[in-house]
Amino acid sequence: MPSYRTPLSRARGLGAAGHGVGHWIGERVSAVALVPLVLWLVFSFVRLAHADHAEAVAWLRDNPLNPVLLTLLAAVSFWHMHDGMRVVVEDYIEKVSTKATLLILNLFVCVLAGGLAVFSILQVALGGQ
Amino acid sequence: MTDATRGPRERPLSPHVQVWRWHVTMATSILHRVSGVGLYVGALMLAGWAVSLARGPEAYAGFKAALGSPIGQVILFLLTAAVFYHLANGIRHLVWDTGRGFGLKSANSSAWFVLFFTAAATLVLWGAYLMGMI
Repeated sequence: MPSYRTPLSRARGLGAAGHGVGHWIGERVSAVALVPLVLWLVFSFVRLAHADHAEAVAWLRDNPLNPVLLTLLAAVSFWHMHDGMRVVVEDYIEKVSTKATLLILNLFVCVLAGGLAVFSILQVALGGQ
Repeated sequence: MTDATRGPRERPLSPHVQVWRWHVTMATSILHRVSGVGLYVGALMLAGWAVSLARGPEAYAGFKAALGSPIGQVILFLLTAAVFYHLANGIRHLVWDTGRGFGLKSANSSAWFVLFFTAAATLVLWGAYLMGMI
């Protein structure tokens, strides 16, 4: 496909960065996955509302579906959250250094919290606690 | 190429938000972002729940007590509304992504439907909880 950008436009370099499509599709794919996962989470939390520690542990151990879905929910949520917050930061923060700091912070918070959540779920489900 | 010395041309600005009459589709648009940021906090709380479960009965009881406090209950109520809102409006966005539902009428009615669904689902769930049915 021929490029329709003028040489001047290319020199100014103000066009699209060229990687927006992947971000856009990723946000949609994670959104589609989250629809059933979130409905399942609401249903599960209704069941667990009054559960004590032993009952909550039993809920994670007795049926393999529960730890698997909870792990998937955590992983996909933190991925989707990262993408969403990234757009919010990019929309509202103009200063490059502040923007970069917040984008890195967003990534680190999502990966750390996601890692803690997934590890904890597996630890309980596999009985290492 | 005298143009090149002048630097980038002024970019067109979109009209400022205060210029427009407030409309339900504007409300649902910004609410999607607000509820998303709220759910960011909610997901961090979910991670906290999982960590407290892994740390044992004492940590779990402490986490539950924090959620049971008045502030914890208010946060949980708002998070419930945010979950239902972001879920319903997210599906609305996915429908839009197929190219459907952009007409003024259908955009307005789907906006009202999402708001109504959020209120109804949140109130039913919390009503059942407060009446001891959950």
